[in-house]
Amino acid sequence: MSVRVQLEDFDVGFEISQLRKSHNSIGAVVSFVGLVRDLNERDTVTQLTLEHYPGMTEKSLMAIIAQAKTRWHVEDALIIHRVGPLMPNEQIVLVAVTSAHRGDAFSACEFIMDYLKTDAPFWKKEITPQGAHWVEVKSSDDMAKNRWNNKN
Amino acid sequence: MKIKLFYFARLKETLNYSTEDLTLPDEPYTILKLKALLAKRGDTWGQMLMGKLKVRAAINHELVDDHASIADGDEVAFFPPVTGG
Repeated sequence: MSVRVQLEDFDVGFEISQLRKSHNSIGAVVSFVGLVRDLNERDTVTQLTLEHYPGMTEKSLMAIIAQAKTRWHVEDALIIHRVGPLMPNEQIVLVAVTSAHRGDAFSACEFIMDYLKTDAPFWKKEITPQGAHWVEVKSSDDMAKNRWNNKN
Repeated sequence: MKIKLFYFARLKETLNYSTEDLTLPDEPYTILKLKALLAKRGDTWGQMLMGKLKVRAAINHELVDDHASIADGDEVAFFPPVTGG
């Protein structure tokens, strides 16, 4: 299990090959990559800046993975989240989960992403031609997280 | 008791504070009581910590609610709801 918070971009292919290397019991890898959109709540987004809480961020991401492991069979999991300035179309986040079977890998990956959205201390600030503003929370993110309380 | 405080995102920007060391009177303190104390620093503090905007708090890197107790040496943080991913 590992989490990384970094300024630099990441190579999804490389990260997945590292994650599954010499684990012959793995039958499935599910990964999610989040990207910067150029259009959000208001205007055209020219740049995004991500702030986080060093120390708590890593701890909360590890706690989310640990929680996923109590619900599904997870062989290994990796979260990479970028911080600092980001341009539209750049990669922000990678969640990759390996498991013996795809069902566990799909569910755990989605669960980790939903919890990351509401529990991990990251904040996005959008820069538009009209000025900069902090991104507001979406209630759909809370709903996405809460549905895990009602299903397995 | 002595605590270390951190502020993030909109709070950090508006309050113009990222971190501070604070000595509290020797009596029980909850997150809510600490917010009320800080709110007395002025209108902006009141609006950011006790106003309409939702504020989340953490003690020693764990998310907590308003009723959580603060102990000597704790690291306390205030920040808006998170928007990563």
